[in-house]
Amino acid sequence: MDIAQNILLTIMTAATPLLIAAIGELVVERSGVLNLGVEGMMVIGAVCGFAATLLTGSPWLGMLAAIVAGALISLLFGVLTLSLAANQVATGLSLTLLGLGLSGMIGESFVGSAGIKLPSLSIPGLSEIPLVGRLVFGQDPIFYLSLLLTFGVAWFLFRTRAGLTLRAIGDNHASAHALGIDVIRIRYLAVMFGGACAGLAGAHLSLVYTPQWVENMTAGRGWIALALVVFASWRPWRVLGGAYLFGAVSIGQLHAQALGIGVPSQFLSALPYLATVVVLVIISRDRRLTLMNTPASLGQPFVPDR
Amino acid sequence: MRIELQKRPVPSALFAVLSPFIALGLTLVAGAILFMALGKNPFDALYAFFIEPLTEMWSIHELTVKAAPLILIAVGLSVCYRSNNWNIGAEGQFIMGGILGSLVPILMPGFQSWLTLPLMLLLGMVGGAAWGAIPAFLKTRFNTNEILTSLMLVYTAQLFLDWLARGVLRDPNGNNFPGSIRFPQAARLPEILPSQGSAHYGLLLAILAALMVWFMLRFTLNGFEVRVLGANPRAGRFAGFSQTRMTFFAFLLSGALAGLAGIAEVSGAIGQLRETISPGYGFTAIIVAFLGRLSPLGAIAAGFMLALTYLGGEAAQMTLGISDKVGRVFQGLLLFFVLGCDTLITYRVRLVWRKAAAGAGGQA
Repeated sequence: MDIAQNILLTIMTAATPLLIAAIGELVVERSGVLNLGVEGMMVIGAVCGFAATLLTGSPWLGMLAAIVAGALISLLFGVLTLSLAANQVATGLSLTLLGLGLSGMIGESFVGSAGIKLPSLSIPGLSEIPLVGRLVFGQDPIFYLSLLLTFGVAWFLFRTRAGLTLRAIGDNHASAHALGIDVIRIRYLAVMFGGACAGLAGAHLSLVYTPQWVENMTAGRGWIALALVVFASWRPWRVLGGAYLFGAVSIGQLHAQALGIGVPSQFLSALPYLATVVVLVIISRDRRLTLMNTPASLGQPFVPDR
Repeated sequence: MRIELQKRPVPSALFAVLSPFIALGLTLVAGAILFMALGKNPFDALYAFFIEPLTEMWSIHELTVKAAPLILIAVGLSVCYRSNNWNIGAEGQFIMGGILGSLVPILMPGFQSWLTLPLMLLLGMVGGAAWGAIPAFLKTRFNTNEILTSLMLVYTAQLFLDWLARGVLRDPNGNNFPGSIRFPQAARLPEILPSQGSAHYGLLLAILAALMVWFMLRFTLNGFEVRVLGANPRAGRFAGFSQTRMTFFAFLLSGALAGLAGIAEVSGAIGQLRETISPGYGFTAIIVAFLGRLSPLGAIAAGFMLALTYLGGEAAQMTLGISDKVGRVFQGLLLFFVLGCDTLITYRVRLVWRKAAAGAGGQA
């Protein structure tokens, strides 16, 4: 039975970065902004977290550095799309391209260095409970943070006034502006929250999942996170479900590769990407339903009139 | 401080011309700062990066080898983006074109005639177009976001190529190295001036494609449809233009051109099918398309510019010991600045200091 616990643990670990990045992007998109730069912000978080950990010797400082780096680089996106009303799709793409290039440059001297892992929680007694001990009491700190974030965002969006304001902006920025809400300022905050989350997700990769730096180590996870937001119809708890589903697919294909079931490893590696396509097709098939769920001003630039 | 935008009554013709150049200038300034931060003399570094590759014949030839695929792909992407079809999977279409075209010399090494090369190029276009048709079909039939599906298909194509080059298409006499047999001469896209350098006829294909697509956009009804549906989908629908048809047209055209670039790269520059055949051309071409103002002719100039960042990266690594990743950083910065400067075309931009602006009416 310990095998079951181990498999569940690896699935949760694989799902955590997807969950965090997607939750961040969900808030951004709920405010009506489409940031396709998740992959770039995530990879910047991964490299900055790893570098800061090696330089300071503390993975906690590394984690902090990743969050700050993610938020800072998202500001670039903010200035362009919010202050200069640039095309959000193109700007997000350029953020991804810049992030991949910049991270390769920053990380070049760290390739091959041994990293330091963020310590997992360990409570004497509780963590050793059979079947569930390590699942509940023995995981890495970012895992607990991811659950907290999901809960926090769900509560914020649907139970607070500020969350209502944010959703109103996402659905109709012109009306929100007419009501005297500072659309641009709130969108800046949302974009930076998304950046911080993507940075933290990156830190999970380079400080927990595989404590090392490899170029392009995000390997499309930022894009899968974007797909998860659509899959979840912009609802936090569904993002959680989707992330664990994808974690299961990617861990499942790894186990299948290890077992050598006769299918070439490349085909198995392609499964998470193909699963993303299939899931997107299923979820967006109903045009009316999609229209209802999508924040109505998603992706449209807003220039306040005066 | 905040930035205020004021819509111009008509888009500024001046800035439409100037904005790519302003963006280039800003990129150079940012580059100088970056090099200083790395502890290098910025002037030496910028010289090594942007000028030195242009001082020798062989590297000018290299420049055209890198520019050709960028131009080919960007020309197709220009049509896509103009008509609001966000194909970002050109990298995958490039790979699939390279694969399908390579099947001719790999599976039929004995088939060597004047028909070999045209058949390869044709199959390359078919491969790219078929891969591009998938997101188009999913978008039109199932309303699925083409950005995400076209990108997911890039990873799939990369893994598929890796499997082929290490598996079924591997050269049996290749000592277990990944990669197919070397193509026979009849399957190689010839070099233009073999005595001087490596430039091959892919460049000619690229310029030809750019001219043809430019003509199509400028003078044909189909081109008019692209422009109308892109600028105003509603007006396009009232005019009886079909969005579905346009999506397929844009994806098939850009897929075919990316596939052509792929097989031209394999048959011209590389000479065999390897496990990786692209240093990210499909993504860099997105920058080329925007830097060229989504115009096929602009893509030619922009393609050479971005090709320079590849060469400059290699040059900077050799002469200055700076990581060749700097090239990628330049590419990303350039796109940022291009997009930012494009704001100047439709808006007047003013910087407003928050306190000083407390005038009549207030600022929301």
